[in-house]
Parts: sequence; C-alpha cells; structure tokens
Amino acid sequence: MTEAFIYDAIRTPRGRGKKTGSLHEVKPISLVTGLLDSLKERNPNLKPNEVDDVILGVVSPVGEQGADISRTAVIAAGFGEQVAGVQLNRFCGSGLESVNQAASRVKSGWEDLIIAGGVESMSRVPMGSDGGPWAMDPQTALRSDFVPQGIGADLIATLEGFSREDVDTFAAESQARAAKAIANGYFTRSIVPVHDVNGLPILDHDEFVREGTTAESLSGLKPSFKDLGDFAGFDSVALEKYVDVEKINHVHHAGNSSGIVDGASLVLLGNEKAGERHGLTPRARIVSTAVIGSEPTIMLTGPGPAARKALDKAGLSIEDIDLIEINEAFAAVAMKLMRDLDDYPHEQTNVNGGAIAMGHPLGATGGMILGTLVDELERREKRYGLATLCIGGGMGIATIVERI
Amino acid sequence: MTEAVRYEVEGGIVNLVLDDPSQSANTMNQAYADSMAKAVDRLVDEIAADADSIKGVIISSAKKTFFAGGDLKLMTQSTPADAQRLFDEVEAIKATLRKLETAGKPVVAAINGAALGGGLEIALAAHHRIVADVRLELGLPEVSLGLLPGGGGVTRTVRMFGLQDALMNILLQGPRVQPAKAKELGLIDEIVPADELLSAAKAWIESVQGDADAATQPWDRKGYRMPGGTPSNPKLAANLPAFPAMLRKQTKGAHYKAPRNILAAAVEGASTDFETATRIESRYLVELIVGQQFKNMTQAFFFDLGAINAGASRPEGIPPTKAEKVAVLGAGMMGAGIAYVSARAGMEVVLKDISLEAAEKGKDYSVKLLDKAVQRGKMTQEKADEVLARITPTDDYALLEGSDFVVEAVFESVKLKHEVFAEVQKVVKPDALLGSNTSTLPITILAEGVDRPEDFIGIHFFSPVDKMPLVEIIAGEKTNPEAIARVIDYTKAIKKTPIVVGDSRGFFTSRVIGTFVNEGIGMLAEGVNPAAIERATSIAGFPAPVLQLSDELNLELMTKIRNEAKAAVEADGGTYTPHAAEAVIDKMIELGRPSRLKGAGFYEYADGKRTGLWSGLAEEFPVADTQPDFEDLKERLTFIMSLETVKCLEEGVLRTIPDANIGSIFGIGFPPLQGGAIQYINGYEAADGSIGVEAFTARAQELAATYGSRFDPPALLLEKAKNGEKFA
Repeated sequence: MTEAFIYDAIRTPRGRGKKTGSLHEVKPISLVTGLLDSLKERNPNLKPNEVDDVILGVVSPVGEQGADISRTAVIAAGFGEQVAGVQLNRFCGSGLESVNQAASRVKSGWEDLIIAGGVESMSRVPMGSDGGPWAMDPQTALRSDFVPQGIGADLIATLEGFSREDVDTFAAESQARAAKAIANGYFTRSIVPVHDVNGLPILDHDEFVREGTTAESLSGLKPSFKDLGDFAGFDSVALEKYVDVEKINHVHHAGNSSGIVDGASLVLLGNEKAGERHGLTPRARIVSTAVIGSEPTIMLTGPGPAARKALDKAGLSIEDIDLIEINEAFAAVAMKLMRDLDDYPHEQTNVNGGAIAMGHPLGATGGMILGTLVDELERREKRYGLATLCIGGGMGIATIVERI
Repeated sequence: MTEAVRYEVEGGIVNLVLDDPSQSANTMNQAYADSMAKAVDRLVDEIAADADSIKGVIISSAKKTFFAGGDLKLMTQSTPADAQRLFDEVEAIKATLRKLETAGKPVVAAINGAALGGGLEIALAAHHRIVADVRLELGLPEVSLGLLPGGGGVTRTVRMFGLQDALMNILLQGPRVQPAKAKELGLIDEIVPADELLSAAKAWIESVQGDADAATQPWDRKGYRMPGGTPSNPKLAANLPAFPAMLRKQTKGAHYKAPRNILAAAVEGASTDFETATRIESRYLVELIVGQQFKNMTQAFFFDLGAINAGASRPEGIPPTKAEKVAVLGAGMMGAGIAYVSARAGMEVVLKDISLEAAEKGKDYSVKLLDKAVQRGKMTQEKADEVLARITPTDDYALLEGSDFVVEAVFESVKLKHEVFAEVQKVVKPDALLGSNTSTLPITILAEGVDRPEDFIGIHFFSPVDKMPLVEIIAGEKTNPEAIARVIDYTKAIKKTPIVVGDSRGFFTSRVIGTFVNEGIGMLAEGVNPAAIERATSIAGFPAPVLQLSDELNLELMTKIRNEAKAAVEADGGTYTPHAAEAVIDKMIELGRPSRLKGAGFYEYADGKRTGLWSGLAEEFPVADTQPDFEDLKERLTFIMSLETVKCLEEGVLRTIPDANIGSIFGIGFPPLQGGAIQYINGYEAADGSIGVEAFTARAQELAATYGSRFDPPALLLEKAKNGEKFA
C-alpha cells in the first residue's frame, strides 16, 4: 500500500498573543505565505504548482482568517492557480487533523503531494470570534451541558486527584524543558523566522517562554476558572453530570495552561513517487491516525482513547512508542494522558516542553507538535513517536509516526 | 351575542372594553380571541375608510381586574396532539395584537385592576400604559406556573428592556409588582387616581395627535436598537454563555422547563425580526403547555393553592372570626416568630416566658426584623414602632388576661405543656382558642391537660416562622369545627397558608419528612457516595440536600422522635422494625457529629459556616464500588414521600388533595416542579413515556423489588391504579 511520508515540517515562531506580542502586526495570511515561501526555498526542486491541495486548520475562521484562507494563501504566495486550498476546523485538533487528512488522501493513492498545517493569530482574531451554538444558543447549551474548557480541566484534576502543586510542578517542568531546548537550538531546523515586506526580521524565536519559572513562583497565581465555576454557575452544570464530585478544585491558571499565541505551521506530505519527482527526502512516515469523541462536558479526556485507537490501528503497544507530544492545553490534560497510557514516562513526554511554556496557536498547534516530534525522533535516533491533542466539544486526535 | 370585547367610540376615540359576559374576570379564551379580532378588524377598516375619523384607541376593562390571563383549566387538558391547534390559537391572538399595535393610531391601556400574564401582555401591545393608583398586581408570573409569557410578553419585554434586564427583572422570576414598582421597571408609563383613569387615557391620545412615533412601538421605528444589544453584540456575546449556567445554578440542577424555554425564546427572538421572534415564542410556549410540568405546577400553585385560599378546608357555616389578643407561650425561636407575625397582622401579643429576660430576648427578634425592613425602605419607622408596641414581653401569667387566642411554643414535653396550659386557661378569656405549636406530640393527649379540649388544637408553624408560608393545623379527637375555623381565619390574617390534618404521630409533615430523611441517610449505609446523595436531592428539586437538611433538623432530635415512636409501637404490643438509617444516625451521634447546632454533622462547619461534607464519612460509611442508578436515587426520595402521603390519605390524616400537595411543597420541600406529593403520582412520567397513577404504581413496585417493601404501593394507590383513576 502507498505510504504517506513527511518530507518537511516547518513553523513560525510563536508570538505572545496580545497587542504587545511581536506577531500582532502580522496578518494571519502573511504568517501562512511566509511559510509557503520558505517551503519553496527549503525544497528547491519542489514544483509548487503540482501540489494537489493545501489544507489548513483554523479554529476561528472569520474575518482575517475567514473565507477559506487556504486558497487565498495559495494564490497570494504564487503557488500556481492549479493548487487547491481548503480550510478545516476540528478546534484544537485542526492542525493535526489537516495532517491526518492529507496522509489519508496520499495513502489512498488518489493524491500525491499535499501541504497540511494551520494558522491562528489569536491576538488579531480572538478565541470565540466565530460564536457557535454550543456556547451561544441556550437551548443547545442546556440540552448538552456546555461548560468552558477550563472547568473541564479543573474537573479532570479533581477526579484524578491532581493538586495545585502537582499541576504547577508539571508547568514549571514544561518551562524548564522548553528553555533548555531553545538554548540548545533544538527548534532551529523547523522555525522559519517572520520577516516584514523589506525582509527585516520581526520574530525568530518562541517569545512566550518564561525561563526560571518554578512551582513556587506559580503558586501565587489566582485560579482562572473559579469565578466562572462559582458565580457564572458552570460548576453546577458540570456537577449535574459528575454527581459523585462534591466540588471542583480549581487548580488551573495562566501559568499552567496553554499560552495564547500567534503562529502557523506547515507539513509537506507525499507518496514515494512524489518525493522522487520533487527531489524530497522522506523524514518519517505516518503509521496511523485516529480521532474519537469523548464526554463533551469534561471535554478534554480525548487524548488517551485517541492514542489507544491509533496504537490499535498501527498494531503497536504503548511500550513501542519512544516519544509522545501531547498538547499542554492544561497541565491536567497532559498528566491524565500519561496516566491513561499505563503511566507513560514523563521523561519521554513533551521532552522539549509544550504549550504551557511556548503557547498554543489553536489551528496551528497540531502541525507544530508533529514537527517537533519528528525533529526529536531524528535527534535521538528513535523510531516511533505519537502526537495527540485534546479537542473542544469532547474529542481527541492522535497520529503515530515512524522515523525513516 | 354580547361580545367579550366591546367596541365603543366617543369623540373619535375608540374604547375597546374588555368585558367577558360569561365570567367575572376576563381571560384569554376563545370569546376574547374572536371579539378582539373582530374589534381590531373593524378599527382597521374604519381607519382605512377615513383615517382622520379616529384619534386613538383605549383598551380598558369593565371588570374588577383588568384581565386575568390564559384559561388555565382548558390549557391543562392539552396533550401533545393539541400542539398544532394551540400554536394556531396563540398565533391568532397575537396577530390581532400586532395588528392593533401597527394600525397607525396611538393605543393606550387604561389599567384599572390586576393585569397579570396575558393581561399585561395585552397592555404591552399598547403604546402607552396608564395605571390606576390603587393596590393592584402587574407582572408576567407565567414562570411560576410552568409557562412562558407567550402572548408577546417575551418578545416585547426583550425589545423594551434588552435581554439581560427583561430576563432578570421580569421574565425568569416573574415577580408580581405594584404600580410604583412597575413604573420603576418601565413596564408602565403613568399612575393616576382611579377615577381619572379614562380621562387620563383620553388626554394622552389628544396630546399625541400628529406625533407619528406615539402611534408606533420603539422596535417598529427606523433605527431601533435593542437595549444592551442583540446576541451578535460582542459585549453581550461574552456574557451569553453564562445565562443558562446561572439558571441551572439557581435551580440547583432541578429541571424547570419554563425558565429554560423563556431563556431560549428570549435569546433566539433577540436575533430576529419581531414577527419571527413572536412565532419562536409561540413554539416554546406550546411545548410547555402540552408538557406535564406545567400541569403539575399549575395544579399546585393555581388550583390547589386557590382552593385553600378560598377556604376549602374551613368548616362550613361558621361566621368569620378575628383573633384580637394573642398569648404566645415560650419566647424561643418559634415563639418569637409567632409573636412577630401576629403583631405584624395587627394583633395584640403577649409574649410569655419563664423570665422577663427570655421574653425580651424573644421580642428582640421582632426588633431585628423590623429594623431590617425599615433599613430596606419596606416599612416606615412609625409603622415599625407600632408593630413593636403591640408585643408585650412578660414572665407573668396575669398579663395574658383577656387573650382570645393562645399559641403555646414551649419545650416539647407533654408534662410541661400540661403545666403551662393549666395556668394559662385560668387567665385567658373563657372561650379563648388553645393552640399548641407542637410538631410531634399528639394533640389529643395534650388536650387532656385543659378543661376545654374542644377548643384545643395544634397550630404547627415551620421555622423560620416569618419566612415559611405553611401552617399545619391539627385537629385532636375532641377539637370542634369552630376551633379549626378560628385558626384558619388567624392564618389568613397572618398571611399564611393553612392545611388541616388529623392527629396521628408526626401529623402529616413531620411524618412524611421523616421518611425522606431516613431514605437519604439510609443510602449512606448502602455505600452510596454522599456527594451523589446530595446531588440527587437537589436535582430532584428539593430545596436542600438531604444530608445537609439532616444536620439542620438535628440527629439527636430524630433519635428522640424515633424512640417515642418505638415506645408507642411496643406499648401497643407490636414489634418495632428499625430503618437502615438508624444505625447511621446512632454512629454519627456516637462520633459527636449530631447537628449543625453542635458544629459537626454530615458536614463540617467553621465559624458556623458549612464548609463541606465531613471528610471522615468515607471511612465510616465506605463508598461501594458499584453505585446505584442515579435516577433511582432521585426517585427513592420523591417516591418515599408520595407513598407516605398516600398512607396519610388512607388513614384520614390528610383530608384533601390540595392540603397534600401544598402542605408537601410549602412545609417539607417536596419538589415544586412536580406539583406536590399527590400531583406527582397523578402526573408521574415514567421512563417509557407513560404518564399517571398506573405508571407511578408500577415504578413503586419496581423500587420495592430492588430496595425494599417500604416502596410497596399502599392499598389506596393500588385501587386507584386498578380503576385507572387519579387522586382528586
């Protein structure tokens, strides 16, 4: 059967997702065209107009990120009018979803070369800008027990018995690992600096990281979701379902949750023939992919079941996996994943830090962590890696790759 | 045929007079719908023929009230099969009002009396509302009957006040307000002396001649913006997701359908044009009308409460009575509260305790409540002083002289009560009513301590007296009908709702709440997760979780009551069968955790505040690996109360269904959304969709098979189920 190979994986640095962030001045379309340009430069034999499709994940696909930004980017970047473009949205799983869809289409033999990835300028198009009935329509919210994600994350911590100290310790470790990885240049292969129209540099590194963060320094931060839970009533909603829980222990805050950042990612996938035709060297192959639905109110317990499903499809066991990248949406999500996977070692999980330290540019993150995973498998000369994310609405997504 | 809406014209002003010839009050029945449609058609025709011939329109009423709202009797008979017909009817009624509102002439509602629900909705379709300066109620209280204001009330208030204010101030709580408050809320425009109502209405019409805006609603004018914005406004959008969550927090998880539909209709309607919004409103209304919850709530809060307020339990043929001077014996929490409510109702009160100091402490309770009322602007200082002056604290029986109404609230001991009454009957009026606020002691036995057992009666108040609406009146063996009538008249004077019950152990309320508390505590012994027990109670719709309530009720008191019950059974030669809860109660007392009063119970307390379930519970009562079905937990709590209530009916402890329903809701927290302990049976909705007594009985049998014979249906229930009858 045809294989789907990863030929390249690149990303922008992650800029702080607010007005003072370096990438705030950069339009989302420019984040994407910058990466498309870079893809051409990095792969000089690539014939851009032979790419079958560009699939981009965007979670708030409105305004500057709206109207199928993928096709717009293809045109704007001069990839050739023959190249199609599509935007998709599986919330936080969008970036990885685009990779998985690309891989499936390549493996099916119907297409040869696809660019997948995602973009999110959270400073310019704030989270929730696209509304949606789950949160905004009372009838729907009442029938399906909507609560904001942070309540779900705190509920996971409560159910799993993760204390405030536990989650803060995890967060501090994410910071320490990210700082070390940056210092050692582990991300330089993937990061494509963002430039202005004159070619002047705007940002060339992940700027969200706070080196020197400790569990103690985090301990003073106020829980972010306590008021939403207590006063706005979302705890009551969740506890109508989780009847055995007396009260939710609100442990998450800005310091142990994923950062709000701007960024984009691209992954070039194709079959063997396309690699030969475009002079590309395969770095890894997609072994299996999985997506699942999970209980929507707690919302964030999907990674474990998704990882299991991907392992089953691959015919692998968790012991075969050398490295895991889990999106650190919230500390408890990553901690629960390790627990769900037979206490998978923290030493092999997010070895270069994660979204708590570097940020989570919603639609772009899946492509970013997959690239980080491939880079690190190569650096360590390991074989199998698994990338996974929790997803709004109660879903989970996973991808297993094998280094070549 | 005389029309329910008369069309009268004088000086170019049309007066649409609401005056249903078939009823004492106007309701939104077919007669109204037809005649209002006819009247508005005529109006429109006349405007079309000669626009200048008509200056404006008054809507007025020839009844004591303005308009009473929907025809509830008819509505409660609807089933889902009636949905299309109901929708069409509602739409037709609203189309008429819309036609009036957009006819191009200024319309003013002249509100002479209560305008609640449909009545206010008619007035909201006018461009101006003038109200007579008398005591009358205005509001959209549909939510309290399980309905939504579907006559345009949701759509128009949202457009008048914006989503947030319309929902919070008017729709979700459904307050009934007096004219001044209604004006403050913006529901009405003017308050005028009653005899100037029509002339004020005419004057308004004359004053706005030539003013095109006065003949339109704000939302029909160009450039209209909804106050606070529509849901697409980012500021509102940021808060909108919390609306349903806050509603669920307020209702503690109990599934009240009406506020949910109100919220949905308001929000969805706010994003659309008026016509679409009002149609959405109709659909959500119809869903409520054909459902069971509206029928349950309307049975209790309209029909049953109405029957009780109309004196259904008052013995016939006895002239009205009036308590003038009330002797309250014992100035503890109950006595202090009874003194307060009696004085507030204008009665002279003598508050007697063993020491003057104790009696004065009892009076202080009134001081506190009155101070608060004055501070909040609910009462003048002068009025508060008058009320206080009516309460005389004393330690001297002699001061009870001349009392015509006695309420004893001393410690629960037969001996003590006998002693007190022996003294009291010497000084009070020779025909004074002799009442005891006992919650458990048999009235017949207490009556043995007085010379006039026929005037002796139980008057069981609930704590706190000033807040709890119910009074349980207990007739002893010898209590005469006059005594019952006198106490009912007294409860009416103090604005409480009376039920009349027989003299059996625990009467009605204490007996039934006992089964509820035992059921909840018994679950702990079975290894049910305590958090789940509490949540089951709340989601079922009880006001307080059962373990939390048990701490308040006091486990030591429960033990005392149990021991008395046990002794009584054994004295009759029977064998007492202990309840599973008793071992838990004994253990808690042994552990020194008997009550909130003692600062330790099923919950932990710090500085008198409840902090959480006691962390040692899991060790004492280990949580089982397999938990029972959550639906079972909820239904065990409601079923056990309803089954005991049926037994009370069987034994004659309860005399009427309204007493059962209202007594269970107002006295012991039976979920209001079920309409009371008996309506719950009549309207029980089984998991398979079947509704009614048979479905309830089958479920009781199922619970009995799983959880024990206490869920066996009593004979009366079996008989009703067999005959396919409701309790009525």
